[in-house]
Amino acid sequence: MGQELFRLKAHEIRGAIRRGETTATEVTQSVLGRIGAVEGKVQAYTEIWGDYAQQRAADIDRRIKAGEDPGPLAGVPIGLKDNYCTTEGTTGCCSKILKGFRSPYNGTVVEKLLDAGAVFLGKLNMDEFAMGSSTENSSVQKTRNPWNLRCVPGGSSGGAAAGIAAHEAAVTMGSDTGGSIRQPAALCGCLGLKPTYGRVSRYGLVAFASSLDQIGPFTKDAEDMALIMGVIAGRDPRDSTSADIPVPDYSKALRDDIKGLRIGLPKECFTDALGAEMREKILAAVEVLKAQGAQVVEVSLPHTEYAIAVYYIICTAEASANLARFDGVRYGYRHPDAKSVEDMYRLSKSHGYGPEVQRRIMLGTYVLSSGYYDAYYLKAQKVRALIKKDFEDAFQSCDIIATPTTPTPAFEFGAKTDDPLEMYLSDIYTSSINLAGIPGMSIPCGLTASKLPAGLQLLGKPFDEETLIRVAYAYEKHSGWERADAPIT
Amino acid sequence: MEYEAVIGMEVHVEINTKSKVFCACNNDFHAPPNTHVCPVCLGMPGVLPVLNIGMVEASVAVGLALNCKISRWSKMDRKNYFYPDLAKNYQISQYDLPLCHDGEMEIDIEGGTKRIGITRAHMEEDTARNTHTIGTRESGVDFNRCGVPLLEIVTEPDIRSADEAFAYLTALKQILQYLDVSDCNMEEGSLRAEANISIRPKGTVEFGTKTEVKNVASFSGVHKAIDFEIRRQRAALDKGDAIVQETRGWDADKGITFVQRSKESAHDYRYFPDPDLVPVVVDEAWEQRIRESLPELPRARNHRFQAEYALSPYDAGVVTSTRAMADYYEATVKAGAPAKLAANWIMGDLQGMLVERKLDIAQCPVTAASLGEMIRLIEDGTINGKIAKDLLPEMIDSGKSADLLVKEKGLVQISDRGELEAIVRGVLDANPGPVEDFKAGKDRAKGFLVGQIMKATKGKGNPKLVNEILERLLAS
Repeated sequence: MGQELFRLKAHEIRGAIRRGETTATEVTQSVLGRIGAVEGKVQAYTEIWGDYAQQRAADIDRRIKAGEDPGPLAGVPIGLKDNYCTTEGTTGCCSKILKGFRSPYNGTVVEKLLDAGAVFLGKLNMDEFAMGSSTENSSVQKTRNPWNLRCVPGGSSGGAAAGIAAHEAAVTMGSDTGGSIRQPAALCGCLGLKPTYGRVSRYGLVAFASSLDQIGPFTKDAEDMALIMGVIAGRDPRDSTSADIPVPDYSKALRDDIKGLRIGLPKECFTDALGAEMREKILAAVEVLKAQGAQVVEVSLPHTEYAIAVYYIICTAEASANLARFDGVRYGYRHPDAKSVEDMYRLSKSHGYGPEVQRRIMLGTYVLSSGYYDAYYLKAQKVRALIKKDFEDAFQSCDIIATPTTPTPAFEFGAKTDDPLEMYLSDIYTSSINLAGIPGMSIPCGLTASKLPAGLQLLGKPFDEETLIRVAYAYEKHSGWERADAPIT
Repeated sequence: MEYEAVIGMEVHVEINTKSKVFCACNNDFHAPPNTHVCPVCLGMPGVLPVLNIGMVEASVAVGLALNCKISRWSKMDRKNYFYPDLAKNYQISQYDLPLCHDGEMEIDIEGGTKRIGITRAHMEEDTARNTHTIGTRESGVDFNRCGVPLLEIVTEPDIRSADEAFAYLTALKQILQYLDVSDCNMEEGSLRAEANISIRPKGTVEFGTKTEVKNVASFSGVHKAIDFEIRRQRAALDKGDAIVQETRGWDADKGITFVQRSKESAHDYRYFPDPDLVPVVVDEAWEQRIRESLPELPRARNHRFQAEYALSPYDAGVVTSTRAMADYYEATVKAGAPAKLAANWIMGDLQGMLVERKLDIAQCPVTAASLGEMIRLIEDGTINGKIAKDLLPEMIDSGKSADLLVKEKGLVQISDRGELEAIVRGVLDANPGPVEDFKAGKDRAKGFLVGQIMKATKGKGNPKLVNEILERLLAS
């Protein structure tokens, strides 16, 4: 094998290790070397588990030598967002209030990846408690976009997106509540999938908004997406909201055949809010699919304009309850000056949370308050049902829907931090997908003039991740984009 | 002015499922502190609740026993408030769609029965237990109780007196124990009762301002607290004062209620549906299965015992007071004991002896079949009642059957006419004085003679025969 094992995709690593061309240890050392080389610029990781990863890789190599089946991800180096509960290292959600917190258990997806032979490299930076669109809300550090170090990587899974774009892992794992996988994937030029709500267990993912949160992977290509989904999808008895629906063999979706596939383009997504350059990139990508025999139909999602408002009512309401447990009683940050229980709550929370988290807790508390519940939370749930129905109606006439993932490519640090509403609009094309619960994937579709990636968002029917993977695979085969790499060394 | 009290009760009962309501931890909070805990009931980051189906079944059973409608579709909600005994700082409960609703219960009151409406019964989780060490300014939290399944049962404001409240609680507890869903131990907190009390001028329909009395450790405490609260409110209104809506505690030592929390500081709980849990769906078939598995309930059993066994209302009430006693009684009768005698023995001697030995009837070493056999032995004249009274404690302590003990100890009653007549003659011959006294009209002398005869038979003389022979010989 060549020198740059860290550039390999997960399925390539898996194949090379199985064929005896390399070892888990070699791959892990290569990726750790890469992290050492670029991490100073990118700052994707909040914790790097060098010794742990090497021991784990050595263990996998031993098992391979002993003739054991080391699992479908044997030796694949994977980074985890800091909101995945792991017994290794800390689980801090990049918040001061959970700084240094050691989880007593591994989440279900973490266990599944371990059982499959994955080698964890460490924890990845994120907006505090996954609240944000630029990873600037992390209490730990700022992660830079490998395509342009002056730009944000997107968020909230910014570390996961930047880390894989800089080849600091073969696969990274994130979470998506309103676009937190797809938006940074688009901004960093990698693939990011938010599976259908209920497709992947949430047990062990620190909750932000329970009815919207979903775990998903960042990968370098469609084949890896199929590989990871095959490992992490499925019913979990620990998660009542996980669906008892059989998991398909996603590798069967890896065929270059989209003849007759109907692609819906929602007219509401191609308004003036979308820049001319982004529009051109998206339509060019659609042309690539058309050339392979796909048909394009116009569809309508009439309630799209309410999505951001509905999203910020529901996600803040749920967050206000989900984050209540961080009170300094049993674990996490406790302010030293507290003299009473009330003091302990007030001081620990005021000093433990950053401003965006505090803003959302206040908002969520407000919309659930007596006298306001009906006007905000209840009404938002009703509109949410309408948004869901929009998609059901649209899927009557198409098999997938294509939209831009973001209205603009990556922006510079500080560009939107003074205006929360402007920042919220980064998720204008992504948050309605979480409200509807359907699967959405962002795939890279070329570079803008300023050499920043653009992302095409593909949306599928509930539990039809296969079609998304199939379209992504076909697009890769015919776009030539997959060979482009972030210019960082 | 004459006032009428308007009272509604809220009862929290801990359900005795094997595991807690949202995790697999052992549902037993008597263990050393924080030993029955896991990431889920400790509210660690990232955990999710999974509803215990056993809790749903037990709750539906209670709902059906209280003649409630069972919701085909209900949901779990989050009740948000901050307190160190609440791991997540929200309690999972049911808000606007309880599992059971619109039921009713009948209770006995002076001069008849009364219907108490059941507004709702809903599922929730118990909180942890805070302990405060005096002097150290430190508090501990024991999370063993956090996540213990709790059913809250709420009545309509149909109760009019402390007596009725007491009768309601007693009847409710009896039903819960019949269903075997809780041990209903008030001192340990597995049953907690709160009363909402207001008064209004008799004859009016509008409700007065209510107070809520909490933290009472016994049914008699509830009775006293309600009585006190009615008197307190009446005195206030008579003085022209207004009643303040507030939560009041009960000081059992002083026998008074006192302010715990005023309405102004009441919480806004910000209820909303818990997105971590799916709706609770109880279809008709499931409800039917639970309905069919219900035991005969105390009131029905009481009425049946009166009809079937010709027991007095009092006897039927005592015998059906617990399911174990009613089961024991029926088994005793099935073993051949006459119904009334069986009731007398169980309510009287047996119960007394069990109490002495601090045993519950369910732990009684004498089986119902064995007691039935003993009563049969009295009935067929093998032993007399006095012997039986001595026999029963031996049966309890040795575990031996009546039959065996009677044989071992030679306790068979002397019913042989000739044998008895010889003994009686002997006693008469030996006591000429009393015989003379009797003949002179002193009836008391007869009692003395019976005593002497029983002594001579070592208590085994058939009392009926002894009496008959004695009278005949004295008359001759």
